[in-house]
Amino acid sequence: MAYHSGYGAHGSKHRARAAPDPPPLFDDTSGGYSSQPGGYPAPGADVAFNVNHLLGDPMANVAMAYGSSIASHGKDMVHKELHRFVSVNKLKYFFAVDTAYVAKKLGLLVFPYTHQNWEVQYSRDAPLPPRQDLNAPDLYIPTMAFITYVLLAGMALGIQKRFSPEVLGLCASTALVWVVMEVLALLLGIYLATVRSDLSTFHLLAYSGYKYVGMILSVLTGLLFGSDGYYVALAWTSSSLMYFIVSLGSRLLRWGRSWGRGSPSGLQLLLSSRCALCEQQPWAPTVWGAQLPGSVSSST
Amino acid sequence: MAFTLYSLLQAALLCVNAIAVLHEERFLKNIGWGADQGIGGFGEEPGIKSQLTNLIRSVRTVMRVPLIIINSVAIVLLLLFG
Repeated sequence: MAYHSGYGAHGSKHRARAAPDPPPLFDDTSGGYSSQPGGYPAPGADVAFNVNHLLGDPMANVAMAYGSSIASHGKDMVHKELHRFVSVNKLKYFFAVDTAYVAKKLGLLVFPYTHQNWEVQYSRDAPLPPRQDLNAPDLYIPTMAFITYVLLAGMALGIQKRFSPEVLGLCASTALVWVVMEVLALLLGIYLATVRSDLSTFHLLAYSGYKYVGMILSVLTGLLFGSDGYYVALAWTSSSLMYFIVSLGSRLLRWGRSWGRGSPSGLQLLLSSRCALCEQQPWAPTVWGAQLPGSVSSST
Repeated sequence: MAFTLYSLLQAALLCVNAIAVLHEERFLKNIGWGADQGIGGFGEEPGIKSQLTNLIRSVRTVMRVPLIIINSVAIVLLLLFG
């Protein structure tokens, strides 16, 4: 049995790594699977890190150590590259929300007309996180609203018996493309008008994502009350979103702006572009074809 | 108007190509958008036109080599997969 297990040891190197079985009290002769090479040095000798000392094969130990060091090295590299592109701390700021903030913010998005104080509060030069400041932008609501919108669109299509699983992916990528184009257009506008403010890309992403809340409400109202309800809710949500963004935007841009020659026009340009983008909101649901019961279908 | 991410990438590639082929001497100088025209001192606000000309020049400079690579990849992909 000794040389038989010696033969099987070479094959068992791979097998032992993949599926370690409990150390047999007797030699296992079924199918040549012998995990305990009797002819080799004692198992468990100087195994640095692993609990399965039955990989008594030193080659397997070395291979596993090498593999795990490569894996951790790869993980570090991925983390480093990710940190270069997306600063995770800044991203964490946008997700520091709690339930009260979310409820109040949703109410503000639907009815911003009575809100008095739109200034973003700072504490020692750093903006307060959304938990403590209602006016701070966050990325939680836009993300959730985006996903909810995609699911709701799938449900609306299913009600009209036009659903298929590919439609969900198509709607999600279409909406994502719209968001990306809107953020790029806003960035281009900010660059061209040389408006200096502390609006980072994530701020723009947050503001572009807020319109999905309005779209969800419009689609829901349309599902419940027919196409009239859809258009009424659309008008209401787009006007309130426009008011919301103009109020917030004028405060933000005025705070960071340099008082040069062309700056009033730059501000006008940005605000008007923001209004234009809010007007784009109604087209997005109709564009991909979320049709309501009782209305004519336009596109697909 | 169902966009996919791939169509977004294609559109972006076409737009960047369009910006990169605007020739400096034959075309931009003739319409007054050359890179050395109208810089005009170190004023406070550069103005939209000079921002645009700077943008065009920087796109041309930065993206020349990557565009060659990306265009070749796109051509091969389109040939293979239609």
